Amino acid sequence: MYYFDPHIHMVSRTTDDYETLSRMGCVGMSEPAFWAGFDRGSVESFRDYFRQLTDFEKKRAGQFGLQHFTWLCINAKEAENVSLSREVIKMIPEFLDIPGVLGIGEIGLNKNTKNESTIFLEHLELAANYEQQILIHTPHLEDKYQGTRMILDMLCGDRRLDHHRVLVDHVEEHTIRPVLEKGFWAGMTLYPVSKCTPQRAADMVEMYGPERLMVNSAGDWGPSKPTAVPDFIVEMRRRGHSESLIRKVVYENPMEFFGQSQNFQFTPPDVPETITET
Amino acid sequence: MPHPMTAPQILDREFLEIRAKLLELAASFDRLDRAQGTVSGDSRESLIQEGLKILQSDDPNRAEQLQLLFSRQYDENWRQNFSL
Repeated sequence: MYYFDPHIHMVSRTTDDYETLSRMGCVGMSEPAFWAGFDRGSVESFRDYFRQLTDFEKKRAGQFGLQHFTWLCINAKEAENVSLSREVIKMIPEFLDIPGVLGIGEIGLNKNTKNESTIFLEHLELAANYEQQILIHTPHLEDKYQGTRMILDMLCGDRRLDHHRVLVDHVEEHTIRPVLEKGFWAGMTLYPVSKCTPQRAADMVEMYGPERLMVNSAGDWGPSKPTAVPDFIVEMRRRGHSESLIRKVVYENPMEFFGQSQNFQFTPPDVPETITET
Repeated sequence: MPHPMTAPQILDREFLEIRAKLLELAASFDRLDRAQGTVSGDSRESLIQEGLKILQSDDPNRAEQLQLLFSRQYDENWRQNFSL
């Protein structure tokens, strides 16, 4: 089955991973800007990073027939440096017209601080001014519930934002309901230890239905599995769910959400896919 | 959305997984008991005990309740507190 990974950090992965993803049915991915594992020291570091995201990764993915898209921002961890964050936000519009740039992301909160919130609001301002879609990171572990509620407060406090053009990622059992109820898209991240497992993601599809719901690997430089989406597909099949339901979550929903961005020029695979209804 | 599998089918499929997870928990608690020192009074120990109670309840949303148990509280006045 073809699938699209809506959230994966390929800059941290090897070229072999691109090949493996291609072999497993992945036809494309969207890569949000994130934390490199260390705090960068200048706006020029981000300019180079954005060049890597918008140019180099697209070429690397293309070697294996994968279509690569990206999102730009300064992430929540580095948002503690407010002055650097403002320099980066000011520079981002240089890249917004490049094909494959889908919007602003992954913005969000990490430790739910005042500085993080300040920079989050300034990213929302940028997105609203340039009519960009938004991809959101929600915090980890004990900070997730509080941070997600704070993020929803800020999003809902800005009447310029179209909720259908915002993806709130890394939802889990205690945060998925308010995200969907307020009309946003929700992403479930499949991680080996934290976040969500393929089994729990399948549970949430059963509990909330497939509308506005996606699954992603968020593969990065830490413990993560870039081929986690196929694990979800297998889990859904083992439970007896239909191919059409699975396909909606892993392919059609990403197409619908990302298709709202004018820079999402996606070419569907031209090989007819065999669909087996169970 | 109805689950395509019946409860007996799910138990057939997951019994060994559940058993293994319970054993892992039991072994972790035994390990804590065998080790020197104590964790009584550690707030994490209390959270684990509360979590075990949630597992034993009949509530259908145990996973959500466990998540909330291990979460920091949300204060709806946070923006005011941050002067934002």
